[in-house]
Amino acid sequence: MKEPSQKKEKQFLQGNVISAYAALNAGATNFFGYPITPSSEIFETWVELTGDPDKPHKSPITNEPIGYLQLEDEMASGFAVTGACLAGKKAFTATAGPGNILMQDAFSAAEALRIPTVALIVQRGGLSTSTVIYSQEEVTLTCFGGNGEGFRIVYSPSGLQEVYNYTIKAFNTAWKYRYPTFVLSDGYQGKMQGEVVIKEMNKNFYTKPSPILLGENRKKGISTNMRNCYDQEEEMNEIINNYQKDFERDSLEIAESETYKAKDADVLIIAHGIVATAAKDAINSLRKEGMKIGLWRPITLRPLDRHSLLKNISHKKQIIYVESALGQMARLINDEIVSGLFKRSTDTDTARNNFKKNTQIREMFRPAIGITPEEIVKFVQNNE
Amino acid sequence: MSLQNTLKQNINKTQQLQPILPECVNLSTKPHSFCPGCGHPIVLNALGSVIDKLGIKNETVFLIDIGCSLLAWNYFDVDTTQTHHGRTIPVATGFKRANPNSIVIAYLGDGGGYAIGLQHLIHATLRNEAITTIIVNNLNYGMTGGQMAPTTISDQPETTTAPLGRDRKYHGNPINGPEMLNNLGIENQFIARSAVNNPIQLQMTIQRAIMHQIDNKGFSFVEALSYCPTNWKTNAQETIQSLEKFKKYYPNFEDTHKIK
Ligand SMILES: Cc1ncc(C[n+]2csc(CCOP(=O)(O)OP(=O)(O)O)c2C)c(N)n1
Ligand code: SF4
Repeated sequence: MKEPSQKKEKQFLQGNVISAYAALNAGATNFFGYPITPSSEIFETWVELTGDPDKPHKSPITNEPIGYLQLEDEMASGFAVTGACLAGKKAFTATAGPGNILMQDAFSAAEALRIPTVALIVQRGGLSTSTVIYSQEEVTLTCFGGNGEGFRIVYSPSGLQEVYNYTIKAFNTAWKYRYPTFVLSDGYQGKMQGEVVIKEMNKNFYTKPSPILLGENRKKGISTNMRNCYDQEEEMNEIINNYQKDFERDSLEIAESETYKAKDADVLIIAHGIVATAAKDAINSLRKEGMKIGLWRPITLRPLDRHSLLKNISHKKQIIYVESALGQMARLINDEIVSGLFKRSTDTDTARNNFKKNTQIREMFRPAIGITPEEIVKFVQNNE
Repeated sequence: MSLQNTLKQNINKTQQLQPILPECVNLSTKPHSFCPGCGHPIVLNALGSVIDKLGIKNETVFLIDIGCSLLAWNYFDVDTTQTHHGRTIPVATGFKRANPNSIVIAYLGDGGGYAIGLQHLIHATLRNEAITTIIVNNLNYGMTGGQMAPTTISDQPETTTAPLGRDRKYHGNPINGPEMLNNLGIENQFIARSAVNNPIQLQMTIQRAIMHQIDNKGFSFVEALSYCPTNWKTNAQETIQSLEKFKKYYPNFEDTHKIK
């Protein structure tokens, strides 16, 4: 059987294999899934890690036997994850594209019942079955899928080491704050091989899962009775408002972003995921030519790191959105600018006018196709 | 006698007339919100009696669908959650796989089990998941106002989406759940149909199904043929007569050959 070596030195591994190792080292014990390219190696690696299902290997973190189940479809897989989480296990799934669509049924249930499901999404092309290769077109679906308000956590890792680190983190934030949590990667990062350090989890960040049903209350003789269907408008309204309050409060701790050479920049690229790594290369080339250019990258697409965003976009001559989609990330950012910079300001109109007068916004949208540093350099330079 | 005393006496009388409910029933949420004459509470009380008798309240999770089964979300003092329409069996599967010592009961309507969630029911049977599934068959979609269900039969003109009754050429054929699952031919499963007009037998059937799970023998399944006077548009007598009529299509069923 394959076992992730805990050696500290760099190993050469595939992105999807790295995700499965991260789940194991985060203390995950149960995988439920349905195969779909380009995510399947996560499932297959987990199967190898489990070994003989009758004598499964144990979690290095919890010492419990680990396991998996291939179900009849993604609805079953998603809901089985909710079931295992209710039983107090760090359970997860992996999927892409049309599978992500079917699983939204379960993720919206998880949102309603505050069940900490973890889903590793490896984005393939947008538009239904589409390509099995790559895009960044599952941003809206992953952040806001379901008939809810998007009380979810969505990490967008950039590079293989981050795929590892943020997958571990996802399990711990999920259980700490009790929101369905996603690691939104993509076909490139899932399939590519590269160097990564498989570290043990920092125990300080470990959140121990506990049963939601048949838990502490049951031992005290108190039953837990949950539902996500209500008959009064007021009742539903109150629950959503309370969730919103929780989410706003927790967002301050959850939201993460990265800046790269942004401090003195006149031009700010905003990009996420693998596109941000291309943007950094482009920025290095352009800086050599004397251009003051930097990057702001949302690490969590949901919730967005509002404070850092608003700080970094002020006094910029130009903001360039770069993404492998027709503005799915840009919409999230624009929303935040409208609500954060304009609405919250004491003088909304002046704030809006100042921003619009001083800052040019440009869009480099390349749906369902990879973006190279050279293409970004060219786009930045050709500003008519 | 003063009016007050008369009232007091009457109250005492009604209290004496209260049905004896299983101990695991949560009295603070009663009266329940099912329609008068509904079959669901009969199934639930049968299940509650089994939970009492086997003393399994602290190990049992009760998972319910959306449909009138939702109304059971706080029926018991037993850990419970409701889930989306048709998805109760996967939730039960995930729970049981993660906690094999628990006793997991999935409780659904015939729409949840035989239409929108049928693939889950069949695959849970094929995988021989060690859960107990109870499907309450009232021959229609109760909660949404009496539309045609997969169990609606030809001479049942009450449903709103097949007002003249099921036309087999147009609407297709109804489903016989337990018989179908039995035909999958998996050994050592408990698959049965019972009806709410014989609560004692229904209770015995549910008990055998749950014992099957406790003994770790694999999948167990009970369909409970049930009353829905609201959507059948029947008075008490007609409700009972209708059920008798429906029993011809959905007879009691139990194939013990498979149990080793
Ligand atoms: C995905 C989805 N589709 C449709 C519905 C609407 N709906 C709620 S209950 C129900 C049918 C319930 O019928 P059944 O499962 O037979 O249970 P009963 O109410 O008769 O007990 C439907 C269609 C829903 N809640 N979710
Ligand atoms: S609609 Fe039918 S099944 Fe639903 S509560 Fe009323 S009688 Fe019972």
